Amino acid sequence: MKAATVKKYRASWFTHESSGAFIPIALAGERGRLKKPVSSTRGRNRDECATKFMMRLPKFTYQVPRTVADAVRMIADAGPEGMFVAGGTDLYPNMKRRQQTPKFVISVMRLAEMHAITGDEKSGVIIGGSVTLTEICKNKTIQQVYPVVAQAAKLISTPLLRNMGTIGGNLLLDTRCNYYDQNYEWRKGINFCMKKDGDVCWVAPGSSKCWAVQSSDLAPVMVALDAKLKFVSIDGERVVRASDLYNNDGINYLNKRRDEMLTSIHLPPMNGLKATYHKLRRRGSFDFPVLGVAAAVKVANGGTIENARVVLGGVAPAPIEVGDAAAQLTGQPFNADRIAAAAEACYIKARPLDNTDFVMGWRKQMARPFTIQALKELWQLNKTE
Amino acid sequence: MAANKKDLKVVGKPFRKVDARSKCVGQTKFADDVILPRMLFAKLLRSHVPHALIKSIDVSGALKLPGVIAVITGKDVPIPYGILPVSQDEHALCIDKVRFIGDPVAAVAAIDEDTAFDALDLIKVEYEPLDTIANVDEAIRKVEPRIQEYGDGGNIHKKVHLEFGDIAAGFAEADLIREDIFFYEGNTHLPMEQHAAVAQFDADDKLTLWSSTQTPHYVHRAMAKVLEMPPSHVRIIATPNGGGFGGKSDPFNHEIVVAKLAQVTGRPVKIALTREEVFYCHRGRHPVLMKVKTGVKKDGSITAMDFQSFLDGGAYGSYGVASTFYTGALQTVTYEIPRYRFRGLRAFTNKPPCGPKRGHGTPQPRYALEIHIDKIAEELGLDPAEMRLKHLVPPHSLTANYLRIGSMGLGACIDKVVEASDWKNKFRKLPYGRGIGLACGSYLSGAGLPIYWNSMPHSGVQLRLDRQGGVCVMCGSTDIGQGSDSILAYIVAEVLGIDPFDIRVVTADTDLTPVDLGSYSSRVTLMTGNAALQAAERARELLTTAVAEKLKVPASNIAFADRRAFDVENPDNGVTFAQAVQLAEAKYGTIGTVGSYTPPASAAKFKGGGVGPSPAYSYSAGVAEVNVDPETGIVIVERIWMAHDVGKSINPVLVMGQVEGSVYMGLGEALMEEMTYRANRNVVHKFPSLLEYKSPTTLEMCDVKTFLIEDPDPNGPYGAKEVGQGPLLPIPPVIANAVYDAVGVRVDEVPITPDKVLAAIRAKERGKDGRYGPSSVPNIDWPEPLRVATPDEGGDGKEVPRELVHARE
Amino acid sequence: MQKAHIQFNVNGETAEVAFAPHKTLLEVLREDMGLTGTKHGCELGECGTCTVLVDGLPVLSCLMLGLDAEDREITTVEGMAEGGKLHPLQETFADLGAAQCGYCTPGFLLTAKELLKENPAPTRDEIREALAGNLCRCTGYIKIYEAVELAAARLRDEDVEVAAEVLYGCE
Repeated sequence: MKAATVKKYRASWFTHESSGAFIPIALAGERGRLKKPVSSTRGRNRDECATKFMMRLPKFTYQVPRTVADAVRMIADAGPEGMFVAGGTDLYPNMKRRQQTPKFVISVMRLAEMHAITGDEKSGVIIGGSVTLTEICKNKTIQQVYPVVAQAAKLISTPLLRNMGTIGGNLLLDTRCNYYDQNYEWRKGINFCMKKDGDVCWVAPGSSKCWAVQSSDLAPVMVALDAKLKFVSIDGERVVRASDLYNNDGINYLNKRRDEMLTSIHLPPMNGLKATYHKLRRRGSFDFPVLGVAAAVKVANGGTIENARVVLGGVAPAPIEVGDAAAQLTGQPFNADRIAAAAEACYIKARPLDNTDFVMGWRKQMARPFTIQALKELWQLNKTE
Repeated sequence: MAANKKDLKVVGKPFRKVDARSKCVGQTKFADDVILPRMLFAKLLRSHVPHALIKSIDVSGALKLPGVIAVITGKDVPIPYGILPVSQDEHALCIDKVRFIGDPVAAVAAIDEDTAFDALDLIKVEYEPLDTIANVDEAIRKVEPRIQEYGDGGNIHKKVHLEFGDIAAGFAEADLIREDIFFYEGNTHLPMEQHAAVAQFDADDKLTLWSSTQTPHYVHRAMAKVLEMPPSHVRIIATPNGGGFGGKSDPFNHEIVVAKLAQVTGRPVKIALTREEVFYCHRGRHPVLMKVKTGVKKDGSITAMDFQSFLDGGAYGSYGVASTFYTGALQTVTYEIPRYRFRGLRAFTNKPPCGPKRGHGTPQPRYALEIHIDKIAEELGLDPAEMRLKHLVPPHSLTANYLRIGSMGLGACIDKVVEASDWKNKFRKLPYGRGIGLACGSYLSGAGLPIYWNSMPHSGVQLRLDRQGGVCVMCGSTDIGQGSDSILAYIVAEVLGIDPFDIRVVTADTDLTPVDLGSYSSRVTLMTGNAALQAAERARELLTTAVAEKLKVPASNIAFADRRAFDVENPDNGVTFAQAVQLAEAKYGTIGTVGSYTPPASAAKFKGGGVGPSPAYSYSAGVAEVNVDPETGIVIVERIWMAHDVGKSINPVLVMGQVEGSVYMGLGEALMEEMTYRANRNVVHKFPSLLEYKSPTTLEMCDVKTFLIEDPDPNGPYGAKEVGQGPLLPIPPVIANAVYDAVGVRVDEVPITPDKVLAAIRAKERGKDGRYGPSSVPNIDWPEPLRVATPDEGGDGKEVPRELVHARE
Repeated sequence: MQKAHIQFNVNGETAEVAFAPHKTLLEVLREDMGLTGTKHGCELGECGTCTVLVDGLPVLSCLMLGLDAEDREITTVEGMAEGGKLHPLQETFADLGAAQCGYCTPGFLLTAKELLKENPAPTRDEIREALAGNLCRCTGYIKIYEAVELAAARLRDEDVEVAAEVLYGCE
């Protein structure tokens, strides 16, 4: 027992608050060994800093517009420091880990015009960007006309997150990577990566581009269905094909400006097209896809495949539409040989890297059986009708 | 200790836990729920480099930030500590050196968490990087730089070599000698509650620490040591743990840091760790590479076994020396092994320290052993269930390594799961892709020896009866969700004939409760239960005498039930329980009794023999039925039949809960959980998050059929043995054995992931060995063995003196 | 930073709270309202521990801003019991050993409450699906399913006996 030590500390007992202002107190004996103050800039690649942990949001200004017009004006005013947030299930974890630190966050959740699901089988269906994934799963029209959309939405994360997350948020999901989806300090431990604060892609250190993975379950489905997406900004409206939205680069993964808001998703009439989505992940909930196979096939009268689209998710920075797989199917009878050939094409196209759950070689191999499962399901569907 | 011979009113009944409702209404105060006036918030600055010398730390910037009240570094808490007396190698904050990413170097107390966090940015630490050691191989290869300055040379923490009996003679008798190599990847506890602690100094310089710890007594010792305070001025209160599983059994940096900060600032200080920090606290399952060589006769009886284990310990000692011995201790308690050799090595690596996780050091060798046995049975053409049944360790016997077996219900367990699963009609008979497997296990009901050498009881209970009829049980044990508070209430209620919900339970408070060593090694029901039983029986004796006098009947006629004490021959002639206490209080004064428990002396007298002995061993057997997709390697576990010999269920619902929870945790380890690091990227933890560390959800958990086998042990209260850890042990090997039955490939490595299964299937298709797993173990200069003659050889449990060994050779 | 002053409707009562605007609902409930019954396990939406009901729907309070709770109905575990009477789920969770350490329990209770409102007679698989976003490390979920099933039966006013298998294990 060194009573003196304790007593010495005790001296500071009543002195650390004065007139409501908090004054930092150095420890007794501490000042003597303090070095000359060094600049406190937090920069990248600074070795003198160590690791700290925080799971609270950084400070930001929160705005809740009530109309789309207000929302796009706000984001324009915010400039590069502004971001839209919908359900928050992607952005807020990223903000807590300091992967994204917008100064202005603009909610799209109270924009009445973005909460609707309208249309029908004949004209197609329009889904508002802020419709939650749970609402999509439960919507009768979607269940009947676009079961694949409800099916894929139901495979996203957990019931709780689906109550919060939106279709717009899922389609614009940040690309994911085990070297990136870590807090600031973990990333500092590897000297950061090019997607945030660093220069190298640790997944492929020789690469000039980022290989973070497109991890939305709905993105490959929307590409397979050839959905159109409407964006609004202060410059007006723009409608793009889903396949044109995604860019095979983990950093610039969207062909979209920061100030453009995804207001609606337009699903074209199915006209006999049948589609399905098969997802590979470790667990039946929570996990992002480490491989997703979205397949859409239309069989003409007589059994010939009129058109087909097979899209892989979770294996590259963008959904990968496998044209060779479609070519193996189109104009052909629907049978096991054609399915195997299409699956082989998908296997060749799937080039996952070591930046998600599971071993990458195995993930690549899984492209084959997962494509076969998906196409077999569509084959069966067409047979039973 | 005479148990109540009459019909039991409470014990064996499915009562709810005494604290269950408060947990269901949000009233239970976990550590982070403790809120005190003027409380400050602490954050730790942790190393982002895996191995480096600390050249300088400059905290001046942080101190200038408004809202920062204090900053401390290693120099403010320079005294080392550690859970084991032989590994006092930790500092609350690193002084000269950091040893893994996450090792703390400084701490801030501020008016809120945001400010404390911002302040960490302003602390400048200059490091001089050192070469890293990422695994056991590197630790053996690289003698320098040393992670720790102690141990068995270079980066080897511990080497042990024990030999029980004439091992060579044993192998010479064998008809078949088989060797197998296995690897069990490390994994972590992942309690849902992140560690948290609150410290407060009162105006008389006395410290109170509320902490989510399983071992308040050991925290008490470490705290008094590091803060150089008289232990009588330190009070540790273990708040109800939001899950522990062994992960909250060490004294931790953050506990000492908040206490120091509270001392420095004169204000209460709280810390709540983030999930990532919990991964860095770790103390979880050691990654272990194992080689087992066994000699057997044609009937499957074992003639000798030689077991080697290589443990990747992480950067600190923690419980590691004990863990090392545990990887060699309990092989002998299930099937008879007349001669046995064990060699174990633990290495230091630049990773968070490993320690005790549910099953502490025994799930890894159990995994190896149970698959090894399965392979031997196949080689001998025997049914693995029958082969096991034939060679069980007899009850009330002494093993080759001097573990004293009491009740032994493994045979009943195997019979039960074999019958319930329709084993005979399924084993090697299911279609390709479907499989069934069997494995067993055994675990301690409490370590026979304390962590620090002393001859005092391991558990103490104090009972206070008041004249209103109130009963208060006080015990140092910590409820980590297993229901230890309730066990105390049930046993006392049983003895005193009252309702468990009449009882006030005060636990885990070093000021108020007698020492219990803590919630580890599955010791609590047996040890606190015995102590509670003794205290309650002593109280009942006092009450009995007083009541008998009053009722004018012989004391032997007095019974306690339904909140009454009465004459068994004339039950209407009696008094209420409160009146009974009043009579006793009038006769004796204030009624308080104590009970304590000390385990029986160990039969093992050799060095290292402290690990393994226990008052009683639980046994379990499991059968799993699985589906394996040969195209993907994905394993779906459909159902597990699990029989557990618990001796006696104090509360069957709670016992089932432990069995099911153990199956769950074992399933996670078997299929998906792993603590892995990127050796080539500064040894960072691959994914310190709840998303990427894969804990099974409702959708992965299989159906479980639980069978409780009750083979009462004379050492247990009412015969009770442990259940919290044992049922985990059979799960990883049972899945591996079932996968083999399904698709004919061996995955000799945990976790059994689909890529490994598929690789083995593909290898087999190409005509190669249908196996995935390690193929060699390091070549080590083992120390001379410590030789002990077995009981059969006439040994006395002591080491054979070296000169005699040489003479015999 | 200037605090936001917001009127909350929590557990049927209106409360006025001032808090830093970047705080999550979880932080506001625990730190500014003293409602520590809501727990946290990761703060990143990866465990379900912090689940509360917002307008009856279970959501993760760690990923929702306190500001967004304005004029919404919030229910926490503290508000499940009504009129001094435990919710049947609270009773069955306690009785059947569904709460071991109790830390994930509030999240499970609230998620299950909504499930039973939507689906008064869920099958075992429907319960598994509904609870797939809540992690529990203690129970292996089985006691939780049994508690949900028993509470569902009681809410349907069915006179049910608990099977011996649930209380004593298989024969």
